[in-house]
Amino acid sequence: MIWNEEAECMSAEEIKELQLQRLQTVVKRAYENVPYYKKRFNELNIKPENIETLEDIEKLPFTTKTDLRAAYPFGMFAVPIDEIVEVHTTSGTTGKPTVSGYTRGDLDLWGEVIARALTMLGAHKKDKIQNSYGYGLFTGGLGIHYGAQKIGATMIPISAGNTRRQLEIMQDFGTDIISCTPSYGLYIAEVAANEGIDTEKLKLRGGCFGAEMWTEEMRGELEKRLHISAQNIYGLTEIIGPGVAMECEAKNGLHIFEDHFYPEIIDPKTLKTLPEGETGELVLTTLTREGMPVIRFRTKDITALRRGKCSCGRTQVKMDRITGRSDDMLKVRGVIVFPSQIEKALLKIEGVEPHYQIIVTRPKQLDELEVKVEASPALFSDEVRHVEDVKKNIADVIHSEIGLRVNVSLVEPKSLPRSEGKAVRVIDKRNI
Amino acid sequence: MEEKEMKLKQISIFLENKKGRLWKALNILSNAKINIRALSIADTSEFGILRMIVPKPAEAKKILEENDFVVKVNDVIAVGVSDKPGGLDSMLTALNKADINVEYIYAFVEKKCEKAIVVVRIEDIEGGIKALEEGGITMLSPEEVYSL
Repeated sequence: MIWNEEAECMSAEEIKELQLQRLQTVVKRAYENVPYYKKRFNELNIKPENIETLEDIEKLPFTTKTDLRAAYPFGMFAVPIDEIVEVHTTSGTTGKPTVSGYTRGDLDLWGEVIARALTMLGAHKKDKIQNSYGYGLFTGGLGIHYGAQKIGATMIPISAGNTRRQLEIMQDFGTDIISCTPSYGLYIAEVAANEGIDTEKLKLRGGCFGAEMWTEEMRGELEKRLHISAQNIYGLTEIIGPGVAMECEAKNGLHIFEDHFYPEIIDPKTLKTLPEGETGELVLTTLTREGMPVIRFRTKDITALRRGKCSCGRTQVKMDRITGRSDDMLKVRGVIVFPSQIEKALLKIEGVEPHYQIIVTRPKQLDELEVKVEASPALFSDEVRHVEDVKKNIADVIHSEIGLRVNVSLVEPKSLPRSEGKAVRVIDKRNI
Repeated sequence: MEEKEMKLKQISIFLENKKGRLWKALNILSNAKINIRALSIADTSEFGILRMIVPKPAEAKKILEENDFVVKVNDVIAVGVSDKPGGLDSMLTALNKADINVEYIYAFVEKKCEKAIVVVRIEDIEGGIKALEEGGITMLSPEEVYSL
């Protein structure tokens, strides 16, 4: 089923026309109501009237997390505070949190996009949805809540934590759909196994997982352990979170609700817009948010956009599963590589310690990638060929993960630098 | 002859191919007053494997590990061969006849007994011992090797 067929199945021309009209409106509103945008536009000598086509969005400045932080707490609001009915913030782990203000209209929008997302998961009004995202300033809990109410499902606002109770409610109430982070989903499955609860006997059939990066391997685990369909939801506090995009039953990308959020992909180094299908940093513009319009927000999340009619019938553009953040992206021989991919590969191998270092060099024309791994008793042997086999095996596992041949070096134990804060995993020695 | 006694413990150490690592490993053993009976190094362009016969392999392993070396202990066989042409040949002939594959060997000449001591690393160590016994080759017990 499709929640809003008119919006979700629009033709490419219709959606472009709607996006342009909404973009012109939001740019004008931002310029007129948010001093920050007026100042930035003026500096670049841009007027809202300069937006005549969708491509003209490239003339507009980017908004970064730093910009939003500088406006803390309410400096980015485009309406007087009496029109703001709710606020949410980021966790603020890396500094001051960023605040997002919602008008009543924004809450309606939020409910609408989550209703679309839950419908992609096959949820309908007869279902009981157990919402195990945290409620509070974190946007996960209430976002799902509004969407479930919109479709008329029965909301179980249990919030995160107290896993035994989660399972008890799941059994007693006959929960149909769960929403939580994928790692919490796995934890619930683990507790169920410990308690001797057969998850196959649960009524649970779908999970709406998001708020953190996760892999296809993790989907496999969630589906196997909980006997559900596990689908990916994407969002962020600064734009709307969750509810920017959701995976349909095809499970090969997330449909972006692009009538409300305009996506672009840029090269994070050159900041140039990339053509559809190319991988880069996702940039989002809110087309309909009233309380806090955000123009060209740099999400730092790395993905690619793919257009074309989906087997589910929807036409809205799809984005790939987020594979990393631009902060830690490497480009080696033209291939994008994230340390997380290499880590993932390394952790599949018995005996590899979670300490490693990636060194990129360009000895001649071509980039070389070296991965240093600490030798351990499990990897070492008194025979040279066994050690060479171990190195080759590590290189093969990494190759299948990133598609590049790397040189694996074994180094002595505890010889790689340890850090109390963020570990330095990548050393780029290329002069580019 | 009891088979067990013929197996000798060899310790192997992973060495990163950088300056001072071999010295460091040997220095640790020297400070611990551990005498090295035999030694060989297998090296590649990126790393080396230092293999040694020492009288107290467990103690040597422990002290090296405390100093962040990766150490493995394996069973090897020691054979005393006549210190003259063809000495090694009879031993290898015995193994070859029994279709036993040798991973590597290294030898040292011991003045006291006028024999060459050959350390043999075989995957199928029981088969190797049997083949050598049948070929009339004298193996040395750990005690014999350590007391040389």
